[in-house]
Amino acid sequence: MTDVTTTLASRRNARKAKAAQANERTLISSNDMRNPAIKLGVGSWKTIIIAALTLVGLYPLFWLVVAATSSTQDILRDPLGVWRGGFQPENIVNAWNRIQIDRYTGNTFIIALGTTFFALLITITGAYVLAVLKPRWGPFVDKAIMATLFIPGIISLVPLYLVIIDLPLTPGQVGIIDTWWAVWLPGAVSAFNVLITKQYINSIPHELFEAAKIDGAGPFRVFWHIVLPLTRPILGVIALLTFIASWRDFLWPMLALPSAERRPLSVAISLAERTTDLSLAMAAMLIATVIPIALFLIFQKQFLSGASAAGSVKG
Amino acid sequence: MPASQVDERVSASLAGEPTTASHADAARRSARPAWPVRWIKGGGLTTLLFGLPMLLGFTIFGWWPIVNGVLIAFQRTNLIDTHWVWLDNFRDVLADPLLWQAVRNTGLYAFLAILIGFPIPLILAATISELRGRWRQIGSVLAFLPTVIPPVVSILLWRRFYSPEPWGLINTIIGWFGMDPVGWLQDPRFSMLALVIAAIWAGTGTTVIIYLAAMVTIDRSLYDAAEVDGSGIFRKIWHIMLPQLRGTILVMLLLQIIGVFQVFTEPFLLTDGGPQHRTVTLLMLVFRRFMRGDYGGAAALSVMLAVVLALLSWLYLAVTKRWSK
Repeated sequence: MTDVTTTLASRRNARKAKAAQANERTLISSNDMRNPAIKLGVGSWKTIIIAALTLVGLYPLFWLVVAATSSTQDILRDPLGVWRGGFQPENIVNAWNRIQIDRYTGNTFIIALGTTFFALLITITGAYVLAVLKPRWGPFVDKAIMATLFIPGIISLVPLYLVIIDLPLTPGQVGIIDTWWAVWLPGAVSAFNVLITKQYINSIPHELFEAAKIDGAGPFRVFWHIVLPLTRPILGVIALLTFIASWRDFLWPMLALPSAERRPLSVAISLAERTTDLSLAMAAMLIATVIPIALFLIFQKQFLSGASAAGSVKG
Repeated sequence: MPASQVDERVSASLAGEPTTASHADAARRSARPAWPVRWIKGGGLTTLLFGLPMLLGFTIFGWWPIVNGVLIAFQRTNLIDTHWVWLDNFRDVLADPLLWQAVRNTGLYAFLAILIGFPIPLILAATISELRGRWRQIGSVLAFLPTVIPPVVSILLWRRFYSPEPWGLINTIIGWFGMDPVGWLQDPRFSMLALVIAAIWAGTGTTVIIYLAAMVTIDRSLYDAAEVDGSGIFRKIWHIMLPQLRGTILVMLLLQIIGVFQVFTEPFLLTDGGPQHRTVTLLMLVFRRFMRGDYGGAAALSVMLAVVLALLSWLYLAVTKRWSK
């Protein structure tokens, strides 16, 4: 997993290049802004939008922080108050110990890290085959992968459940339901990941691979010494997006991991909200939110570029 | 595959056949090894090994479930015995009195979610792209933040905000404007709107970021040219920005449409289909059938939804083809 973190660090160079774009003109010119009426209108519009974004984007998070450290009574009776009935940080410790949020957080890490590992494995080897090794069956597989992008996900819910009950291509009945594999493997198979990585490798000058080949490098050396180091930025983005996606996932882990000792945070929270003390449930919700928010704030650039890459592939 | 390649493969496989070995064949065999050896030496095996994680992964967890999803729709299974029932599942699904309620609900949800959820990201992205330096960064982060929160958390937060008591958060706020408290999730008049707002809050971030990325690629000289012609801000939006974003907008709208028809987590956790089945969606019906072991019925309904969505996308692409060029 250390590979992933180093990958993310190397993304920093690309950041500097992008910062240069900030100075370019946009739709509204400095000439437009010379008109005082336009200047006032544009200025107040921007202020309203930023204020609305702050309210809508930040207030619910702030509310969650307050609720997680207030008594159930306060959460129910005084939702707009801020610690008026007292500050109770011990909720978080209690949730961690008493309703087993420690175990569920551990489970969520196991799920998210495992899914990320297998997603990277499938993505990079697959993209290497399709973009560099180019076997005769490549274009066919390429189209079949692309096709899965256009098929609504709902159609595979039931059959995917049957797959984890009895794995195809295996003799007899091999079930992986209620094991980590049942969430790792389906979460790791992503057409989107393979296609953007393939595109990324295609943007690397092909002479590089040719030159390595002429110098006598076999497919393993080309993979290890050229493809892996050069695709680090895109692999970093994929690692982040996969980690967060599997951290957030709810429906599939609920079905694939029925037993309580492998339950992830998302499923545990939906149950806790009905059965335990509300203040503890709120504390659990805060714990479940902190990790993805922290990752997002640290790796903003990768997230935002990853989200826009998603648009370009789908487009 | 070119004909010459096919010929080569045919002759190569014939060459491996000992009974047909003539003098010429024998000579060729000694000069060239049999095709498996050649295939391995040519790197075919290495390529296959590299491709194995992808091929196995997609076969078992990607392609096979899609194919099997269609097959199961025509079968009845209790996980041990499976037999073909052909159209029985479809008949069963269509006879469900809740189905048409769910179709209406999903349609209403889709309509509201697009009506409100389509323009908001465009407006936000257009505004954020006009911000300077640090503010642009802050704007995108704020817009994306709700998308990072796990959906279960955001939905349960909204359930608190929507609490029906007069001292509930949203009820208190509308009280400031002299409005009476509303049972947001309990009143059939408001429950669907409440779901739509919670879903838009959670889902807008990604779309904003994609529009922002597309806005950066607009050729800036177009704006310069429009200004020479004396165009104001609104004319630049209407005649340059929107036409330049046309392709992205059309694709994002299609993705939004496909997405909103598959809404599940919001109604499942916020209302569980209530009040009076007013928020039962098609995916909730799929899920309910699935939970009571009716895998065939669940698959049949999924297939019908997928076919309708595929037709809808096809129609959409056909209609918008002229504009997107």
